[in-house]
Amino acid sequence: MNQYLIAMDSWYILEKLILIGALIGLSFFIAMYTTLAERKIAGWMQDRMGPNRAGPFGIFQPLADGGKLFFKEEITPTSSNRFLFLLGPALAMIVALITSTVIPWGASYVGETRTVALQVADVDMGILIVFGIVSVGVYGIMIGGWASNNKFSLLAAIRGASQMVSYELPMGLSLIAVLFMTGSLKMSAMVEYQMQHGWNVLYQPLGFLIFFVCALAECNRTPFDLPEAENELNFGYHQEYSSMKLGFYLFAEYINMFVSSAVMATLFFGGYDIPFFDETAWQGSALVLSALTFAVMMAKVSFFLFLFIWIRWTIPRFRYDQLMNLGWKKLIPLALINMLISAALLLFLNK
Amino acid sequence: MQLTQRAKSVDRQPLTWLESIYLWNILKGMAITLRHMFMKKATIQYPEQQRTFSKVFRGLHVLNRDEAGRENCTACGLCAVACPAEAITMEAAERQPGEEQLYREEKYAAKYEINMLRCIFCGLCEEACPKDAIYLSQTFAPANYARKGFIYSKDELLIPHPITDREAYVKALGDRQPPHSTTHTN
Repeated sequence: MNQYLIAMDSWYILEKLILIGALIGLSFFIAMYTTLAERKIAGWMQDRMGPNRAGPFGIFQPLADGGKLFFKEEITPTSSNRFLFLLGPALAMIVALITSTVIPWGASYVGETRTVALQVADVDMGILIVFGIVSVGVYGIMIGGWASNNKFSLLAAIRGASQMVSYELPMGLSLIAVLFMTGSLKMSAMVEYQMQHGWNVLYQPLGFLIFFVCALAECNRTPFDLPEAENELNFGYHQEYSSMKLGFYLFAEYINMFVSSAVMATLFFGGYDIPFFDETAWQGSALVLSALTFAVMMAKVSFFLFLFIWIRWTIPRFRYDQLMNLGWKKLIPLALINMLISAALLLFLNK
Repeated sequence: MQLTQRAKSVDRQPLTWLESIYLWNILKGMAITLRHMFMKKATIQYPEQQRTFSKVFRGLHVLNRDEAGRENCTACGLCAVACPAEAITMEAAERQPGEEQLYREEKYAAKYEINMLRCIFCGLCEEACPKDAIYLSQTFAPANYARKGFIYSKDELLIPHPITDREAYVKALGDRQPPHSTTHTN
């Protein structure tokens, strides 16, 4: 009996380990190619071509960029705090990678002997874990900025911290309205709810809008990239960083984008739900269904990544006072109103 | 006091509420960038694809030869005098017996240098030359790693030999007519 349990557990652990490895690989892969997409789309939007020399259509450009970063000289400022200087980018990277664990990436594969969920951990408080870990992400910026022992970096780090704290509030408030509807914090339950009742964005358009704006701010993307304002703060918190430490910061930013796109897709756009199709009516093999739902999830994520890039190459950066005004005076009241109205409506409709 | 007809008055009205949440204007901006994504690109893929220069484009200098492959230059120095940037230096030498197939006249340029960093590509040397010995081609000076690489010596400036290397000669001539009535002089 005991042996049987252990055998089961070791399979379970192996399965999860493979999934974790695949997820990390996927995150890196997507982040790499988001950088290429970013440069290509930036080029197209500015009537240019974008990088197209490394391989056909420039598809090896991310490898070239990564290789360049690896071989660059690594400089640690003498007056910096060495341990914290190293911890900054490491923390940014770790935090960016952890959040992808609770997101369901596709329909579970239901085999004859066992069911494999395409999700590392289906925790009861899934979305709260995402929020909690994303909040830790601010330490990556703070520690990096502080350890650099540079006034610009410190200023940028403080800006970044205040920005992230300010925008987490409306983000959480807009999320509450969603939670009223789904009634569960579990990510898989949220997707299942949307499969049955339609996507949340149909019922919560304002909530989604607020959530999206806050996600932009959380990822330090334009128009909210004040922590790395290159024209006023000399690249901000990663000014003193070079080589792959800088690469980790930049990479973490793209992984954050990827994960927040996935979170938005899961919360508001039905996750891996195939639109206009009832997954339960699927007759074919379970493996194909899993792959299909995963592809749909990736398509949604890609759409959001495109949206991120599109916005970046459209809007200039906000001024600091505009940022704070928008966060505290516009988004929080809007999110509160949205929450109250949806609560009232739900109460009224449910009696 | 009105200084110009084109002055525009600045609208300093405070933002309306709709403007203050930026959303509408951001959407308008995003429509513009999306439109640009599908527009024709201005890029010219340089090494594979090159712009055509105008017929009067003044690029790198070429020291000309006649149809028999003899150098036209007599080292008279008129180009150097005409040059406003003082980019041209030369040394003259006398043609020895037996060198008639090399140089068209009794005097020739033993050394002929143009400093492409000084040169302003005005074409006055071409205008000053009485022997049709120098002209400006439709190529420009390529990049170089050292300053001294930009001082072009005679063998870099000379046009390829019209008999031994006909193809390169015609290419270097470009749109120019091959020199006429010079083959029969002397």
